[in-house]
Amino acid sequence: MTDRDYFKGKPRTDVNPVRILTFKIDGRDVTAREDETILTVARQNGIFIPTLCHLDGLSERGACRLCMVEVKGSDKLFPACVTLPRQDMEVMTDSPRLNEYRKKILELLFSERNHVCSVCVSNGHCELQDLAVTLGMSHVRYEYLYPRHTIDASHDRFSVDHNRCVLCLRCIRVCDEVEGAHTWDVMGRGILCKVITDLNQPWGTSETCTGCGKCVHVCPTGALSEKGKSVSEMSKRRQFLPYLEMMRRESRK
Amino acid sequence: MNHTRVATVWLDGCSGCHMSLLDLDERVLDLADRIELVYSPLVDSKEFPEDVSITLVEGAVSTSDDAEKIRLIRERTTLLVSLGDCAVTANIPAMRNRFSVEAVLERAYVHNAAIGGQVPGIEVPRLLKRSRPVHEFVDVDRFLPGCPPPPEAIFNLMSELLDGRPTGSSIITRFGA
Repeated sequence: MTDRDYFKGKPRTDVNPVRILTFKIDGRDVTAREDETILTVARQNGIFIPTLCHLDGLSERGACRLCMVEVKGSDKLFPACVTLPRQDMEVMTDSPRLNEYRKKILELLFSERNHVCSVCVSNGHCELQDLAVTLGMSHVRYEYLYPRHTIDASHDRFSVDHNRCVLCLRCIRVCDEVEGAHTWDVMGRGILCKVITDLNQPWGTSETCTGCGKCVHVCPTGALSEKGKSVSEMSKRRQFLPYLEMMRRESRK
Repeated sequence: MNHTRVATVWLDGCSGCHMSLLDLDERVLDLADRIELVYSPLVDSKEFPEDVSITLVEGAVSTSDDAEKIRLIRERTTLLVSLGDCAVTANIPAMRNRFSVEAVLERAYVHNAAIGGQVPGIEVPRLLKRSRPVHEFVDVDRFLPGCPPPPEAIFNLMSELLDGRPTGSSIITRFGA
């Protein structure tokens, strides 16, 4: 649940405060509002949990599963970005088991598209690449699939290279939730899943796209990029998002 | 002083990883004091020797010749290192994997030939259907990603291996670096 959903039709929290609860992350006592996710609380307390599909300012989707954490008393793993804490819960964010799963997820992401970091516009500014370093992924233990994916460069200013897409679906969320255009969507299932513009037509022919470029800048990899950028030149600016969200929320009060 | 027998191999890569090794500058001398380079594009031996302690492999496995070589190298090497993105991920050589070998050869030798292009058929090794990372053919003991891995990363890894220290504590590289 996003803050936006939460506040919809609710009384102001400063006169009608939400419940506060306490629980533990990695043995540390932490406090949270009942509507804050484990991920939010961990970040507030400087505890690192890896994420890929999460982006501050967008709704949560729980798609990448990198933020899975252990909870004492349960064999199940929980995605920290969409799990709300309970009183006295004991959360573990780091263990050999979690690290192994996270590495596997990354390796599967690398193996199912064609990620060639050395010639990518986002080399050096890529969240997938950074995660490989952070999680100590030195190589991919699965066979690479080498699927044949297309590049759509029909838009005047931007292009989409499906070879580099990790299906985080941030582009869809930012286009829908922030820009309000909903140009992006997703089609197909499993390995055939891909992001599309309008009714799966060339981006340049889209009637809904406003050309704002938000999708390009929230994209964690080089899948969406500005035209004219060469290797390593596509650094992205995402700082605007939380501020946009905050300002809109303030103006509704 | 006992010199460790080291080899370096150049499969389907651009030699950039070897260049990065040479970019160690004067530290090459530190390494040279401790190793005997028994096989490498940088020395003259033609046959991959027996009893090599450490082999650094640059490049992906792309031809029948690469595949044969890497199996022989594995047999004769104690510790095999995948050096750089091509060895670790198949990297650029693997960009052809989305197309058939025939289409790739046609493109390179016929479509782009100025006059009378033809696909070479004799005295060159056959291209495998796909270009693949080294560890899909043989067991690899250490991985050092990077395109190329920075000289410091190569030096750190070699020092760790030669000292018999645990490796990886000093990984300062990434894919595409």
